[in-house]
Amino acid sequence: MERDRLRSVLESLLFASDVPLTAQRMSEVLEGVEKNEIASALEELQTELESAGRGFRLVEVAGGFQMRTPKENAEWVKNLFRGRPARMSRATLETLAIIAYKQPITRAEIEAIRGVDVDGVLSTLLERRLARIVARKDVPGRPFLYGTTSEFLELFNLKDLANLPTLKEMEEMTLPENSELSGEARVVSGEGSGED
Amino acid sequence: MSTNVQLEIFEGPLDLLLHLIKKNELSITDIPIATITEQYLATLELMQGLNLDVAGEFLVMAATLIHIKSRMLLPPGEEEGEDEEEGDPREELIRRLLEYQRFKEAAGELEKREILMRDVFVRSPDLPEDVEPAGFGGLSLFDLISALRQVLERFPEERIHEVTLEKISVREKMNFLLDDLRRRGKVIFQSLFEAAASRMEVVVTFLAMLELVKIRAIRVMQEEREGPIVIELSAPLEDIQDRMAKEQIGGEESGA
Repeated sequence: MERDRLRSVLESLLFASDVPLTAQRMSEVLEGVEKNEIASALEELQTELESAGRGFRLVEVAGGFQMRTPKENAEWVKNLFRGRPARMSRATLETLAIIAYKQPITRAEIEAIRGVDVDGVLSTLLERRLARIVARKDVPGRPFLYGTTSEFLELFNLKDLANLPTLKEMEEMTLPENSELSGEARVVSGEGSGED
Repeated sequence: MSTNVQLEIFEGPLDLLLHLIKKNELSITDIPIATITEQYLATLELMQGLNLDVAGEFLVMAATLIHIKSRMLLPPGEEEGEDEEEGDPREELIRRLLEYQRFKEAAGELEKREILMRDVFVRSPDLPEDVEPAGFGGLSLFDLISALRQVLERFPEERIHEVTLEKISVREKMNFLLDDLRRRGKVIFQSLFEAAASRMEVVVTFLAMLELVKIRAIRVMQEEREGPIVIELSAPLEDIQDRMAKEQIGGEESGA
């Protein structure tokens, strides 16, 4: 297949698919086309859309490729779906973050970190398929272990779990710069009130 | 007032502690336990005073704080029989706070990503239903409570317990707030209380605001961390009044 033609066909496949298309799936559909040819055609398509400032871009997400609108157009696209801005509560985000970084993890372990019951949040996450049960832990009671899903990756524009932003190490967070603060801070707290 | 506002956005005792630590610019690794315990208990008291549902976890933490505080008062080595607890009594709490903060920040990082159906869109939208068209935009209950504390500081503690008939009901205040918001558009939290004449009226106004959030009539937001808390209507006033007429809102049923 000619390169221009291949790019066009790939664009059609990506347009028509409602889930991210894996490289594997594309090569099954495009029988007889070399995998590396597909890969470089995808790359060309990606650059082409990008440099022409098109209204959709080719993004690698959840182990596949998907057409997505660029962020700079969000303001207007959002108006198209008026009334449904996707805003997640802090409880949801925190619970998801814990599951994402610590998976597989039990409910009790999540609760130990958050310091509160996560029953409601967890069932919402399961319902929305952002989290799933991956196994049972081999301890008394055999509690469920939870992990994230590919919907989670899609929601946060992540190629895979390895692309999660790196979690700050505990050591980093106890930076010595804090210790100079504590001197002043005692003065502040000595005054009793927390006026700004 | 029998109004019992229950909020789903409770974040828990660790969150409250981090909030207090940040507010006082303290270091997590060297918490002045006495100060923090005092402020923690004061906040719980205020929450209970507002009839907010204080979850059991908050009380467990209160007990933990008091326990740590008492152990800090003992000179080292004079503890009876508890020799194995040699180290800093705050250690376990500090470890939990750091761990929680780590994930709180991770959650913040996730929130900054290009989120599907918020920043980027795909052709067949079938995703997030967890939408909050009204409510607390990224704002915790504690942010509100500490803002309320500041407002209340304007009013001296009423030491004499004189029972007066309160003229303003929560319901009335709700209508007043709605009207005010329609005229003024976005307003700053503190300005809601400008007209208040007593602590009681401040509290009634605060409860009215929470009720309005609960029925999704208003949106309470903070556009930047530590920035001003902003309040606005979430829908045209007529729609909200319709909704209010349909719902039974606490405060008045009990009045008859």
